[in-house]
Amino acid sequence: MTETINIFIGIVVLLGSLLSLVTTIGLIRLPDVYTRSHAASKSATLGVLLILVGALLYFWFADNYFSARLVLGIVFVFITAPVAGHLISRAAYYTNVPLWGETVQDDLKTKERPKTKKEVEKRQKVHTEA
Amino acid sequence: MAFQILINVVIAFSWMFLKNQWAFPDFIIGYFWGLVILFLMRRFLPGRFYFERVLAAGRLFFLFLRELVLANVQVIRDILRPKLKIEPGIFAMPTELKSEWEITLLSLLITLTPGTLVMDISDDNKILYIHAMNIPDADQAVAEIKNTFEKAIMEVTR
Repeated sequence: MTETINIFIGIVVLLGSLLSLVTTIGLIRLPDVYTRSHAASKSATLGVLLILVGALLYFWFADNYFSARLVLGIVFVFITAPVAGHLISRAAYYTNVPLWGETVQDDLKTKERPKTKKEVEKRQKVHTEA
Repeated sequence: MAFQILINVVIAFSWMFLKNQWAFPDFIIGYFWGLVILFLMRRFLPGRFYFERVLAAGRLFFLFLRELVLANVQVIRDILRPKLKIEPGIFAMPTELKSEWEITLLSLLITLTPGTLVMDISDDNKILYIHAMNIPDADQAVAEIKNTFEKAIMEVTR
C-alpha cells in the first residue's frame, strides 16, 4: 500500500516538474509575448498544482498530517495564474507590442477605444453607473 | 439560493433542538431532512431548488479539470514539436452572459482551456477578445467549447 502510494506521489511530482520544464522551453521557443503567455498561464499552473498535490499527499501519508495551507495554495494559484496571463497580454497589446509576423487574424484592432482623456472619463462614469 | 440554504440550516438546527443532541452528525441528518423538505416545498420557494445548482457547480468543476488537462497536452504538443506549427491570432466572441461575476468565471475557464487566452473584454461586456494559438482549428472547436462552458455557467447562475 505505502509503496504504491510512494510511486504515485513520485510520478505526480515528476510530472509537475516536467511540465514546468516544458513551460520554460516554451518561453524560449515561442515567437511573441502572447503565445508565450499561453505557455506560462497553462502548463505552469498545472505544473505547480501537481507539485503541490504531491507534497500534500506525501505529508498526508507519511506524517499523517493534512496540510490545509497547501489546499489553499492550490486554490490561489488556480485563481491568480490565468488572471496574471490575461493582464500581461492585455498590457502588452495596449502598449503596442507587435504580434508575431505570421499572426493570421486580429479582431481586437477593430475594437473602438477611447482616444482622449474626456472619453476615458465618460466611459468610466458609464461603467460605474451600470 | 442563499435564502434556501438559510432555511435548510434553520431546519437542521430545529432538528438538533428536537432531538436535544448537539453533535455534528445530528446536524448532517437534520440538513438531509431539510433538503427533503425543501425539495417537497420547492413550488412555494423563490427560484429553483438550490441543490440542482450545487450539482451543476460540481459538474462545471469536473468539466474544467478535464479541459485543463487537455489544454496542457495540447500546449506540450505545440511546444515540443520539432518544427513550430502554430497560427496565432485574435478573434472576437460574443457572449450572452450578463453579470460581471459570470463573465469573470467564463474568462478564467477560457484562459485555462486548450489554445485560448482572453485578451480583452469590450466595454459593454458583450464581446470577448480571445487570442488563440491555432486559428484554423480553434474557430470551430472553440465555439463548441464556449457553448458548453457558457451553458454550464448558466446552469449554475440562473
